[in-house]
Amino acid sequence: MNWLFAPGLFTSAPVHTALALGTVSATVCAVVGVFTILRGASFAGHALTDVAATGGAGSVLVGVSPLTGFLSGALVGAGAIGTTRGRGGHQQEVATGIVLSVATGLSALFLYLNATTSAATGVTQRVLFGSLFSASSSEILPTLLVGALALLLTGVIARPLVLSSLSVELARARGVRVALIGGAFLLTMAVAVGLSALTSGSLLSTALLIGPAAAAVRCTSRLSHALLLALTFGIGCTWLGIVLSYDSYNWMPKNQSLPVSFFIVVAIVVVYGVCTVGSTRGRRV
Amino acid sequence: MINAWQVGTLAALVAGVVGFVVVLRGDVFAAHAIPNGAFAGAAGASLLGLSPLLGLGVFSLVAALLLSALRRYGQRDTSTALVLVLTLAIGAALISQSPQIASSTYALLFGEILGASSSSVLPLLVLALVCIAAVLVRWRAFVLSAVTPDLALARGIRQGRLDAGFLIVVALATTLTVPVVGALLVFSLMVGPPAAARLLVTSPGRALVTATTLSLTVLWSALVAAYWTNWPVGFFVAVGSATIYLLARLITARR
Amino acid sequence: MPDEILSVEHLTVSLHGRVILDDVSFALRRGEFTGLIGSNGVGKTTLLRAILGLQPYEAGTISVNGEPRRRHHAAIGYVPQKIALDSDVPLRVVDFVTLGLDAERWGLRRRSAAQRARVTDMLEAVGASHLASKRLSELSGGEQQRVFIAHALVREPHVLLLDEPLANLDPRNVQEIVALLHRLARDHDVAILLSAHEMNALLPVMDRVVYLTGGHCASGPTSEVVRTDVLSALYGHHVDVVQIHGRVFVIAEPNDATDDLPEHPTLTVH
Repeated sequence: MNWLFAPGLFTSAPVHTALALGTVSATVCAVVGVFTILRGASFAGHALTDVAATGGAGSVLVGVSPLTGFLSGALVGAGAIGTTRGRGGHQQEVATGIVLSVATGLSALFLYLNATTSAATGVTQRVLFGSLFSASSSEILPTLLVGALALLLTGVIARPLVLSSLSVELARARGVRVALIGGAFLLTMAVAVGLSALTSGSLLSTALLIGPAAAAVRCTSRLSHALLLALTFGIGCTWLGIVLSYDSYNWMPKNQSLPVSFFIVVAIVVVYGVCTVGSTRGRRV
Repeated sequence: MINAWQVGTLAALVAGVVGFVVVLRGDVFAAHAIPNGAFAGAAGASLLGLSPLLGLGVFSLVAALLLSALRRYGQRDTSTALVLVLTLAIGAALISQSPQIASSTYALLFGEILGASSSSVLPLLVLALVCIAAVLVRWRAFVLSAVTPDLALARGIRQGRLDAGFLIVVALATTLTVPVVGALLVFSLMVGPPAAARLLVTSPGRALVTATTLSLTVLWSALVAAYWTNWPVGFFVAVGSATIYLLARLITARR
Repeated sequence: MPDEILSVEHLTVSLHGRVILDDVSFALRRGEFTGLIGSNGVGKTTLLRAILGLQPYEAGTISVNGEPRRRHHAAIGYVPQKIALDSDVPLRVVDFVTLGLDAERWGLRRRSAAQRARVTDMLEAVGASHLASKRLSELSGGEQQRVFIAHALVREPHVLLLDEPLANLDPRNVQEIVALLHRLARDHDVAILLSAHEMNALLPVMDRVVYLTGGHCASGPTSEVVRTDVLSALYGHHVDVVQIHGRVFVIAEPNDATDDLPEHPTLTVH
């Protein structure tokens, strides 16, 4: 068992912080992720992560916490996507893609400026790939608050959200303010992305947002079950990733442990793969 | 430094041509995914002491083939996204093992004018010609299957094969463009100028030429700006592509 | 005479500078099945959207139960045309119909036993009980129509509008859906307005018809509207109304005139 639970795992403070932050992100991402899939908004979710990166990269220059940086980035991205909405189809994707690449270009600039003007090292790593073990425990409370708010908002808009995701016309006929609901949901997506960027870095946070949810909807057709499954998958993979990353310190030749985000992503992809294969066998395709 | 101009020009040409087909097919997501596979390959190759360019090429091809296979079985968007992320994660794991490689991460992701290989330009020229030739040879098929997929099917164009071939060409184009512009920003050079061209010009042939012209403009301006300020090329490419696209939107909105 | 539940008076709608509906008037009555007939592009969907409050109009009034219609009305149910669903969408038929109870409300709420019973009854009424646990995205065209009808009726509206529900169905499904709607209209005392471009499938059950062409309409009992003289006056030129083996065909020459609408008042026959 020492192989899995390396000595010091349970007493290590960074591990505790990592578990706390990871659990909150995984929870918010699982819930928001299921609705993202319902709406077919995966690409938008992905675009948000790139803008979150810009925020994260800029946070060191400006001197705010990574969480603040990621969240602000994601929120700005949500605003940008919200205003370019409505053209539909390929045009929408191209426009979103352009927003995404400007954000990435800015990330490049900020990271370059970081490297040349400040003494902080490994910022590129941290922003893009995450370094959960070096997160500060002061981030736990704000993360919890923001996450709780996002979940609350999702619960409030749940019903009109589902209807407007299925058919905008039908929703409008029922008096649903489709634009308002869409905007509110973008907000929750921004929070989910911001939190998961903290856990896994911006480049990999899509996996946490979409992976567990995508795996869950393959396994069940009930919305409530999908939410529970996504939660289980997301939190499970996150914990596993944290544990394995801590252990890998002992496995690797030069005692360079493998990043948490790497393990989380691999775990998520494995889960997704199993669920996909399992469901195509069961269902007649 | 002439080297950077040569490689950059080739990169822009290929990005314009191949990118035009990307936009035509609406396959923006794939143009994002394959360069990220390239990143993992380059990191892995460096770790093993091999030429990063080789790793780039091999892994882009692997990513392209994987994507092509996944699309036939899984759900398009999610599978693509997860492949993209997995390859990045592998890259991240590889760099974590060697601090020396870590410092080249930045160049791999965002491009560097000095990152252009100092070895002969000839193999890259050949690569560029292959990419452009591949697109031109199947030009009609690409246009037809993008504009009227049913008609294309009726004409016997095998969508699966066409898609696989297309992805491979993107992989090759990636190998050429990543060293100059960086894995994360190849996408913007491949999408911005062609999308702008499509807005401005309706005839596919002429739009193709426009796309290439625009991408050359973007890249050359980016190289100049990068020399001047020492800021990353990728940043200027992104801003340049976005500007051109915006201008095209503004111009066509007035019509 | 049964009460008028929905009344459209002198409705005029323009889109992109063109007049689509010009002085259109008709009324719906509870328990009656009314067909909104017209060829593609004539303005049927526009009319339905105007009734639903999704389409602004220049002139006329739309009243529900005597009162001018508010922006959205709980008394009007709607079944849109077929919607495309991703195969991964995690929503079961029973959940979708339950959503019909209160989709526009904020927050989460447990449904009462009475509400759940209403959903079960509704599913049974449309003949979709066996589909209850199926994924919404896995339904065939005919099955989807039934489920959407259940979704709309579960909150007991007085009026049900259906936008070309029969367009993509095979003949057997068409027959079944039409019969179902006829039964529902009677059993639940709902006024049904169903738009279609071909009226033959509806003839057995249609109480009234609203016949739309060139922006004008003729409305009234089927037998009084679908006649050579009435429709010729409506079209502005001679049309033939032909009956073959119990099926009705309206043979109208294509209008090779200009875009101007013929000058004719709306005919309402009661």
